[in-house]
Amino acid sequence: MSPAASKSFNLLSPKERIKVPRQLMPEQPADERNKNFSEVNLGYSPELARQEALRCLECAKPLCTTNCPVGVKIKEFVELIVAGDFLGAAAKIREDNVLPAVTGRVCPQEDHCEGKCLLSKKVKPLGIGYLERFVADYEQRMGTHVLPNVPPTGKKIAVVGSGPSGLTVAGDLIQKGHKVRVFEALHELGGVLVYGIPEFRLPKQIIREQLDYMREMGVEFETDVVVGRTVTIDELMQEEGFDAVYVGTGAGLPQFMGIPGEHLNGVYSANEFLTRINLMKAYKFPTYDEPMLDLHGRDIAVIGGGNTALDAIRSALRLGARKAYVIYRRSDAEMPARAEEVHHARQEGIDFHMLTAPVEFVSDGKGWLTAARCVRMELGEPDPSGRRRPMPVKGSEFDLPLSVAIMAIGTTANPIVQSTTPGLGTDKRGYIQADPNSQRTTRKGVFAGGDIVTGAATVILAMGAGRRAAASIHDYLTTGQW
Amino acid sequence: MFKIIHAQFLAPGIKRFVIDAPRIARKQKPGQFVILRVYEEGERIPVTIENSHPDGTISIVVQSAGKTTQLLNSLNTGDEILDVVGPLGKPSEIGKVGTVVVIGGGVGTAMAYPSAAAFKRAGNRVISIVGARTRELVILEPEMRAVSDALMITTDDGSYADKGFVTDKLRQLIENGTRIDLVLAVGPIVMMKAVAAVTRKENIRTVVSLNTIMIDGTGMCGGCRVLIDGKSEFACVDGPEFDAHKVNFEVLVQRNSMYRDAEQRSLSEYQRAIAAKSAPPADSESLEECEMAQGGKK
Repeated sequence: MSPAASKSFNLLSPKERIKVPRQLMPEQPADERNKNFSEVNLGYSPELARQEALRCLECAKPLCTTNCPVGVKIKEFVELIVAGDFLGAAAKIREDNVLPAVTGRVCPQEDHCEGKCLLSKKVKPLGIGYLERFVADYEQRMGTHVLPNVPPTGKKIAVVGSGPSGLTVAGDLIQKGHKVRVFEALHELGGVLVYGIPEFRLPKQIIREQLDYMREMGVEFETDVVVGRTVTIDELMQEEGFDAVYVGTGAGLPQFMGIPGEHLNGVYSANEFLTRINLMKAYKFPTYDEPMLDLHGRDIAVIGGGNTALDAIRSALRLGARKAYVIYRRSDAEMPARAEEVHHARQEGIDFHMLTAPVEFVSDGKGWLTAARCVRMELGEPDPSGRRRPMPVKGSEFDLPLSVAIMAIGTTANPIVQSTTPGLGTDKRGYIQADPNSQRTTRKGVFAGGDIVTGAATVILAMGAGRRAAASIHDYLTTGQW
Repeated sequence: MFKIIHAQFLAPGIKRFVIDAPRIARKQKPGQFVILRVYEEGERIPVTIENSHPDGTISIVVQSAGKTTQLLNSLNTGDEILDVVGPLGKPSEIGKVGTVVVIGGGVGTAMAYPSAAAFKRAGNRVISIVGARTRELVILEPEMRAVSDALMITTDDGSYADKGFVTDKLRQLIENGTRIDLVLAVGPIVMMKAVAAVTRKENIRTVVSLNTIMIDGTGMCGGCRVLIDGKSEFACVDGPEFDAHKVNFEVLVQRNSMYRDAEQRSLSEYQRAIAAKSAPPADSESLEECEMAQGGKK
């Protein structure tokens, strides 16, 4: 029951729509949620969703969709919400996005769809992320997935990595009738969605449900396989009969600053800190065996200003930290984290030390961290990233007492696939070279996308690469042309 | 799930497992390791692969230390291990260099063995030194002998072969004027550090295999970072073998002790649970009382 494009279900005039306030997302109170790992946002009710959907101006040329990395038909799905057809809305999103319950939660909407929403010129933008999340959750509760019914093509694709870009490729290609097998290095599927993003932002149950749906569609999964080590890409293609391979191995090794004391006990990489908590459930020690330092009553800081940094420090707070700091060398305006997460973190009591950087980690003399020696920064001329370069202020050193410091300053390329696949081109930083439109690598039949091509980015950008790759893999498999 | 085809104690607390893992068996090279997780709530631990076999199995040798290794060593033929992933890490660099001294300390002998065999196959003269605390902990003696031109054994307490440490034998070799082109040492950190100290003076190239804290083992988490020549490197993708003369052993010891308290707690709770399970059953009456007190079945 898709409404005709010319006739809207929305009976409000544009002026009336602007007057409807943006519907607030119900959330757990800050002083409760900072002690538990349950989800912060509770989700719209059907009433709230319809009310919010009424605000859409139904632009003739919707910039929201143009600015969505996977091209979700936002105006159309929002219109279906207005019409009360929530399942239709979910199906409409699924035409372009295989993980709507995930992106509805973790996508930086302000950088994409909502950032370009016409409403935002006068009032707050349409809550597109909240609406996406609502219909995805509604569909899940109803348990009525529509399974694709397409004739098999007889082609087989190997997807390396079960993170957001790999799952997108798998979801798109299975719906085209290809056989898809996803290889995952860890014991659990989901990549960064599972080991990186904490439960309070993205419940693991949501990922399990999305994976179940993909299994129902026919996607095969194999865990405990490190492609490059357990089996090489050449072996997959020559011996296991895969016609194409998509490499979406994600973020690599954590970067460190190279300052004194980084090897002290108590200094973590954000990847390790979050993996212990999210994948290994170290916060349930000793029920789970993976240990982590007891954070109760400790003072803890994260170094960095991205989503990973906030995920780490908000987890630390939930594990009993007495003081939880963000140490970021630039100012608020340059912080790459999602706006809603910064807002939530402040509400929860995270203390932000902006324009500050550590220069040394101080030891207790027995190998354990006791403080971060920091220096204040000021912003100078723009650097190659276009952001103003932070410069240390002379004589501004001070010691911040700490038991744990978490480094969240980025990652480098994981070398395993590149070093075991002859002829696979890499850039000077070691990331895989792939055409930005077709995601083709320098090896025939091998495609790549996500963080292993771009360096650390976002879930939605990785999914965008996955979509482009799926389209060009399909193209390659049907035409045979490289 | 990975099936244990055969499990057998080699010495008290040291057990060899032959595991069905065809993908890993096909690719394994000396020096590489697997990460395994025994059960759902278990941690991921790295274990060096002893060998792989044409029937699609690999063998590992595990020494009981903490909870996970004790739990692992309670498994028997026919049992299953939840996750085994690998082979991980860079393989040993095996070339024809001349005379190679392969040193295995304790359970490290099982990890040194495939490299000794590979060096022998590559046409080197292989002198092996095996050290153990005491007689019954000397493992793989016949295997090591079969791939070595000479084999020396030491025990700390002198209960078998020569009393002393592997470094005593290494020093003897050097003093006797034996030309040594490469030393490979696998064993406890103190042993590897002592070997490095001996060979540094003589300028003999020395490689050690580092066992660090590790979670994913694939170059993602960074937990396994070691200080090599003043720079952070990662044992899982840059190692596990490193130039012994560049390794900061103090930092390695310090980082490996990070979770000692938690590990102790895990182990003692596990041992208590085992003891409770194997304790002679109380009479049925008191058992019922016990269940009722715990809000149990009744």
